[in-house]
Amino acid sequence: MQEFLQHTLNGLSTGSIYALVALGYTMVYGILQMINFAHSEIYMIGAFAVYYCAKLFGLNTPSVLNFIIGLMSAILVCGLTGVLVERFAYKPLRKTDKLNVLITAIGVSILFQFGGQIIFGADPKSFPELIQNFEIFKFLEIPVNLVDLLIYGVTFVALIILSYLVNHTQRGRAMRAVSTKPEAAKLMGINNDSIISFTFILGSVLAGIGAFLVATKYPKIDPMMGTRIGMSAFVAAVFGGIGNLQGAVLGGYLLGLGEYYLIGYGASTYREALSFSILILILLVKPNGLLGKNLKEKI
Amino acid sequence: MKTFLSLALFFSLFAATTSCTKKTNDNEILLGSYSSNTGATGSFGVLQKQGIEMAVEEINAKGGINGKKINLINYDNKSENDETLAVVNRLVSQDNVLAIIGETTSGKSKIGAQIAQSNKVVMLTPSATNPDVTKVGNYIFRACFIDPFQGSVMAKFTTENLKFKKAAILRDVKSDYSVGLSDVFAAEFKKMGGDIVIDVSYQEGDIDFKSQLTSIKAKKPDVIFVPGYYNEVALLAKQLKELGMTQILLGGDGWSSPKLYEIGKEAMNGHYFSNHYTTESKEPKTVEFIKNYKAKHNEDPDVMAALGYDAVFLMAEAIKNTKILTRETIREELSKIKGFEGVTGKMSMDENRNAIKSAVVVKTVGADYKLITTISP
Repeated sequence: MQEFLQHTLNGLSTGSIYALVALGYTMVYGILQMINFAHSEIYMIGAFAVYYCAKLFGLNTPSVLNFIIGLMSAILVCGLTGVLVERFAYKPLRKTDKLNVLITAIGVSILFQFGGQIIFGADPKSFPELIQNFEIFKFLEIPVNLVDLLIYGVTFVALIILSYLVNHTQRGRAMRAVSTKPEAAKLMGINNDSIISFTFILGSVLAGIGAFLVATKYPKIDPMMGTRIGMSAFVAAVFGGIGNLQGAVLGGYLLGLGEYYLIGYGASTYREALSFSILILILLVKPNGLLGKNLKEKI
Repeated sequence: MKTFLSLALFFSLFAATTSCTKKTNDNEILLGSYSSNTGATGSFGVLQKQGIEMAVEEINAKGGINGKKINLINYDNKSENDETLAVVNRLVSQDNVLAIIGETTSGKSKIGAQIAQSNKVVMLTPSATNPDVTKVGNYIFRACFIDPFQGSVMAKFTTENLKFKKAAILRDVKSDYSVGLSDVFAAEFKKMGGDIVIDVSYQEGDIDFKSQLTSIKAKKPDVIFVPGYYNEVALLAKQLKELGMTQILLGGDGWSSPKLYEIGKEAMNGHYFSNHYTTESKEPKTVEFIKNYKAKHNEDPDVMAALGYDAVFLMAEAIKNTKILTRETIREELSKIKGFEGVTGKMSMDENRNAIKSAVVVKTVGADYKLITTISP
């Protein structure tokens, strides 16, 4: 029982990260019907942003202030990178075939991975300790640490803010409008370009938060760190129903938990196989994902 | 596709035949080396390269081997398998080297060994400890002990020095090295009356080990044997502490890197691993090596640097003994080496081309390794 609980807590913490990253995939898909494969690299850049920011400002002692500065630098750099990628790589191709944008996204992803290896170096770096991790309380003999609580907490707050932004603000309404009918939205006086940029900022900021939390918990970062988590988050987004925000969060948590139960009770070797089995299964059984709506494709 | 393949094949054959005729300078010895200078095991490669380069410089400063200077060519395989194939092929057929020194890890060495063996070029690995590496063929040698020895050293150390009877194993299933060490440790530990309570696995590149550690925690072992590489071990030690577990971690030479402490911090304190040598050695040759290395790189030489250094001198010894210098005569002389004094201890080549030498067990204390005991074969 205790073991099961521990696996659940671990799964929830990884699931939170999957959810944060999956939201980026799902939001961009919702608004542009494209998979932003460079999203996992924006995640990676978030971690390196904090690494270099900490070096620049000499942040090497754990404190609340340093933690917040770190988080802010990840948010800023990721938001900026997301917007630049959209502006220079995707926007010029918006009028062309969807496939062109998809291939460009893969190209941008590879550019960041290998550009990162050249600029940051391919060897793993040790991430600065910006907050002292310690045991806060014991829950049925299971120690719960500060960093784990931060992961749950920061994810929760980020999700609340996101849901407020999307559902209760003018900009959120515009986002939903662009996602449902871009042409009609334009006629209603919505600036589609600025809404698309805003969506990229939101998604990238969430990836940045995720990267910062992961790097705080597992202080080892390298330019390829995004690939594995990006793949899992992408599967989570498809699992929950791509384009659907609640679906991405649900998919993230389910995948996180699934992976931990599998490693805990089965074979760890099949961790990645699980993501892909789920992907294939969901595409076969429920192609729109758990919460996806069945939309008729207009040709 | 077929035409493309045959074209590619044609061009590669063409390239191979032209490059073989490349003239080498008669007054120098072309020595190839390949290492993981970047990537997952990048820290190993960089340190080893420093050791290799230092040895070459020292030999050349003393006038080379039999009047011929060593010309060292080093390629980075980025810790990747296909890159290893490419660079070793390049050393063998394009650069036409006389012999090769490499690689640091067993997995990559095995790949390089296939090419070296099929081209009949001697490959001497400074630090690949998996037994299969030298089984590839009679041109493959190593300057270190093998995993069965390392595994039995740790099993012996656990039962005799730590006096523990219950061990868990956490192995990296993607690594030949880790699987080899785990198997031997399990067999030897059981033979000595110990009990392996659980045997779980992870994969190179994993960052979270809490599931496995949770499963281990439930079985209450005294020690956990984790013969992995430093990146994963450091993160694992951190999570061990986070889970409130107090088990001692045991490992092999794959732990030996400054990154172990950089990433793991104080969670890395008080664990043990087997290694090839210690900077606490009192042998004059080792003391001098440490002094020179420190003067150059401003830090104590890591074991990878020491093994790289020894590998070059071992190779130089073989080359010095040859009457006519060819790839074949180097092989013959290298297999005859007995009682060679290196900075990592005295070594002799056995009939399987493995160096027979003793191992040390060290304890991690901050960023330093403290010598606990020396175990002879």
